[in-house]
Formats: sequence, C-alpha cells, structure tokens
Amino acid sequence: MTTIFTDEGQEVPVTVVKAGPCAVVQIKKKDSDGYDAVQLGFESYPAGHEQVSGSVPRGKAGNRAKGRPTAPMVGHYKRHGVTPKRKLGEFNSAPGADLQLGEAIKADLFKVGERVKVAGTCKGRGFSGVMRRHNFRGQGASHGSKIHRAPASVGATDAARVFKGQKMPGQYGNVRVTVRGLKIVGVDAEKNLLLIRGAVPGAPGGLLRIETNGG
Amino acid sequence: MDAGILRSVEEKYLKGDIPDFRPGDAVRVNVKVVEGGRERVQAFEGTVIARRGRGTGESFTVRRVTHGVGVERTFPLHSPRVEDIEVRRRGKVRRAKLYYLRGRIGSKAIRIKEATRK
Repeated sequence: MTTIFTDEGQEVPVTVVKAGPCAVVQIKKKDSDGYDAVQLGFESYPAGHEQVSGSVPRGKAGNRAKGRPTAPMVGHYKRHGVTPKRKLGEFNSAPGADLQLGEAIKADLFKVGERVKVAGTCKGRGFSGVMRRHNFRGQGASHGSKIHRAPASVGATDAARVFKGQKMPGQYGNVRVTVRGLKIVGVDAEKNLLLIRGAVPGAPGGLLRIETNGG
Repeated sequence: MDAGILRSVEEKYLKGDIPDFRPGDAVRVNVKVVEGGRERVQAFEGTVIARRGRGTGESFTVRRVTHGVGVERTFPLHSPRVEDIEVRRRGKVRRAKLYYLRGRIGSKAIRIKEATRK
C-alpha cells in the first residue's frame, strides 16, 4: 500500500494492483459447456519455460521441472492457440461481450470511481488464540491475575458438553476472503495498474480476483 | 511482487524541492488553508521534533509553545497543502525523536544548541 494525494491535498490510502494483461484462454458457451463463461490466464512463463521439459517417468511426477506448465495444461493452451499462462480464472462474461481467443484484457476494463469486488487468500496467522482469532478480551494482566489470554468458560455445567460452533483457538487466516465495494481511484492502462482505495486481502504479491459487480 | 511498481506510482506525488531539514531544526511551514471558500497561506513556526515514514507517506511533526501551551502539528511532507518549508535555524540534537521536549517547561523547552552543519 501507499499514499497518494488528491488535487485538494487530501491523502488517499491505496493498494497498487497489477491487473493484466490477461489473455482469453477459453470461451465457454451454453451449447458446448452448459453455461457461458470466459477463462482468463494471467502471467506468462519466462522465455523457454512454456513447455514441459522432456518426459516425466511414470510415478516420478514429483521430479517434474519446477516453474513449468504440466503436459495436460500445455495441451489445453495449445488447443486454444494461447501461450501458456501461470494462473487461470473463470469469470462470467458480460452479456453481449464479443471476445476473441487470445484477446488481451487490460486494466482499462475498470473505470475510476467504479466499485469492485476483490477476492484473495488472506495472510495466514497459523494456530492462533482466541484473543487474536475471535477478538476476545482476555483477562487481567496484573493485580495477581494468573490467567491472561485464556478463552475462559466454554459453556454451562448442566449441558455436560461443549456446543458446536464454540469459538476456540485454531487455524486463523490463509483462507479466501472477498471484500466488496472497494473503490477504484486510479487506472494506468499503459502499465496495467489499478489503484484501489484501502486494503485488499493477502500479502504483497498475492493473487487477486477483481470483479466489476462489486455493489 | 515488484517494488518498482510501487515506486512508479509514488513518483509523481513526490516533491523534488524539499529542503534538507532534521529534527531539532527550527522551521516555518507555509500551509494552504481553505477558509470560507477562499484559499490562503498560513504559517506555522516551531521546532521539528520528529520525522517519520518514507515515500509519499513521509511526515514530520513541528512543536511550538505559545502562551505556555504546547502545540504540535504533523504535516504530510509531500502534501500539496504544504506549500513550502523554510529552515530558520539548524539545531544540534543527539536523537531522532525529540519527544523529551514535551516534558520540559519554561526556557528549557526551547533550548537547542545551534548546529554548524551545512
């Protein structure tokens, strides 16, 4: 994230997102696939790494060259005449959208002022206690208090069990999070950059899915 | 992730004409204020007690004591509202954050040695 200024001198917190170019890899149609959608690919492989390197012996899939697409994926891209991409995502296509295979979708798909929906994998926090994970208040830090960050009571004694859904410590984060209503404050069509007001899920460098129906 | 992308966005918001100033220096900050639809420039004079952040988010805090009341204002360094910064006096201090000045009263509160730094 960074800060930009409006002409009036107002500070605006923004996240800079590289949004494209995405190539149209596959167009799904109602007659052939049962529904309408487009599959977009993002990020090319480095030169020379678009193909599978040699043959991979049976049972040795783990030895497959890292940073290369798998043979089935190479076939998929070949069939649609698109160079292999690292990431794929399927989106509902806008009605009446006339897309061609291989066509590049760029950041200028979005307009300044538009509200978008952003989904990504949020930062993993590991096995976390109830204070961090569920915003419990914890107990006293001093005055002889011997418990500090414990969850305290987990239920009444007459139930003789703990109810399902009781908030407890556990894995926190590293799940998909969607934030709606984020505002686009800047679009750089040339560099394919979007400036989104505020924060987005995940760590720097993470993959995001941005959709326009972000009400 | 590419830090160059962030820099390329920040670039056009960064000011190139910021004078060299540090905590301890006495400065005069000319700030644009909008008052009843009219814009004018207001000055704030005092001692720089902190400078923090980097890139477009960098800011600095100026402290002055008027009528026995301490007043501190924090300005975003690269804000277009901060018109310019004049360095009045170079101060010689031994730390980066001069928060200890807050606890001082009387003449001790403004005592900072002049620096010979250029």
